[in-house]
Amino acid sequence: MRMPATLVEKILARASGRDSVMPGEIVTCAIDLLMMHDSGGPRRVASRLQALGARVWDADKVIVVSDHFAPATDLESAEILALTRRWAATRGVKHYDGVGICHVVLQEGGHVQPGMFCVGGDSHSPSGGAMGAWMVGVGATEITGALVTGTLWIKVPQSARVNCTGQLQRGVSAKDIMLYLCAQLGMNNDNYAIEYAGAAVRGLPIAERLVLCNMSAELGAETGIVAADQHTLDALACAGRAFAGDLSHWQSDADAVFAMQVDVDADSLPPQIAAPHSPANSAGIDTLTDRVTIDQAYIGACTGAKLSDLRMAAAVLKGRQVASGTRLLIAPASTAMTAQAAAEGTLATLTAAGAILLPTGCGACAGMGAGMLAAGETCIASTARNFKGRMGSADASVWLGSPYTVAASAVRGAICDPRELLA
Amino acid sequence: MSLEVIRGRCWVFGDQIDTDLLAPGPYMKQPLAELATHCLEAIAPRFAREVRKGDIVVGGFGFGIGSSREQAVQVLAELGVAAVVAKSFARIFYRNALNLGLPALCCETLQVADGETLEIDPLAGRIRNLDRDVEMHCPPIPAELLDVVAAGGLLPWLQQRRAAPPA
Repeated sequence: MRMPATLVEKILARASGRDSVMPGEIVTCAIDLLMMHDSGGPRRVASRLQALGARVWDADKVIVVSDHFAPATDLESAEILALTRRWAATRGVKHYDGVGICHVVLQEGGHVQPGMFCVGGDSHSPSGGAMGAWMVGVGATEITGALVTGTLWIKVPQSARVNCTGQLQRGVSAKDIMLYLCAQLGMNNDNYAIEYAGAAVRGLPIAERLVLCNMSAELGAETGIVAADQHTLDALACAGRAFAGDLSHWQSDADAVFAMQVDVDADSLPPQIAAPHSPANSAGIDTLTDRVTIDQAYIGACTGAKLSDLRMAAAVLKGRQVASGTRLLIAPASTAMTAQAAAEGTLATLTAAGAILLPTGCGACAGMGAGMLAAGETCIASTARNFKGRMGSADASVWLGSPYTVAASAVRGAICDPRELLA
Repeated sequence: MSLEVIRGRCWVFGDQIDTDLLAPGPYMKQPLAELATHCLEAIAPRFAREVRKGDIVVGGFGFGIGSSREQAVQVLAELGVAAVVAKSFARIFYRNALNLGLPALCCETLQVADGETLEIDPLAGRIRNLDRDVEMHCPPIPAELLDVVAAGGLLPWLQQRRAAPPA
């Protein structure tokens, strides 16, 4: 008899060579794609592989992305990047070198396909779920093990479903859904793999689905996923890697068991903001009564600086100026997106408003690149995390919001509901 | 990860001790010994200076939430921390701890205050507060992973396996 299965269970069963899997079981899965970046990648695994006398199990399934320390801002960064470059070249491993943030370039390149079992050496690896694949983050020692064995053990999580009904309103984005969920569900959802579904999700482009899956990390979930559909197929065809599998199989069965269901009414969801120092400190922007003046507005990172995010910022900034005494920093998530933003005029709108363009890379989101904060400074960022000290001084305050909200706040010089400027 | 009984003085922290508190991003380029001096400085400046070899770090829910950086585990080991006990762990931190040989035990009913002494039996899943003479239980390490843990972590386990491939 056929066992009804969720999408996640189908992928884990396929990858572990079983007919079915049960939540709680520990299964060993064959890896279809392994991604590592310059921070947790060659720099930390090369010597370990050497000590083991081991080789990479399959160089064609490994992708290295330099994004955390790129471009080099000091000698240490330069050496890390050089080591990463040498390692990838000598192993014949595909290397994206400073051209984009790992989760974004994987999607742009069409590397992640529906039904795949992927692992990444970065906590925001659940981003791969935007393509209907399983992708989880692990640390560098586990990446080393995975590089040698081509496998990863997984304790089969319970499946949860976030059902987003209706349609997001103007000035509201996937980021707002995730900040809302961080406040509703907290950050300890480690027993769950979250499938995002419903009309509002089906209406979202891949870049916005990436935000949902990406910030599953902030929910503390095992991973996040959106079942593939025509948007997914179009994105893969656009990347020159058309999907050849059976799309109808990579969906949760209609009678599959979800251990938790959460409903989100997109129609009535207002923009959300997270107060320092946790994404879980989120609330609707309409609940903010005090004026919060900001020194810096930051549009960056995998979560918040894709082309779709730059367009959101541009929609707010068009014909406006960044407030005096406030700086707006923008670090696009990939060079291809920068080029497209330039070609279509989005970039000109941002720079005309006074935005300062930064290099592509993880940058200040990871506390590593340009845009760090001094003690006492306040920032609003389109990134995923506002933990104490993450973007510089432990005495800085970071708020989180959507690219709309960050751009609107840059114009006002204080945290501001973007709907006031979009009306 | 040692499977022997561990006895140590506790440093007790709250919920959601994140990886940026444990291993702050701005110091991630520095050698581990330097990074370790900044461990938890944003909330407990004394900790890195005063923690002693064999001490135990205690957390609430979601210990180690955030980044995949395993330096968050390594700085604790570097400072001599013998084990971490928390009400729950962020998934990557937990995996990193097992992989790197730092005992990590999950105990929702933990009763302990700063400076008290815990005795932990990781194999039996038993924790005793020696100051209060109370015993608490925690899930033991999953049987599937005991080999890795007994070997002292993932790399020693891989090394053993490569030296003596299974028949």
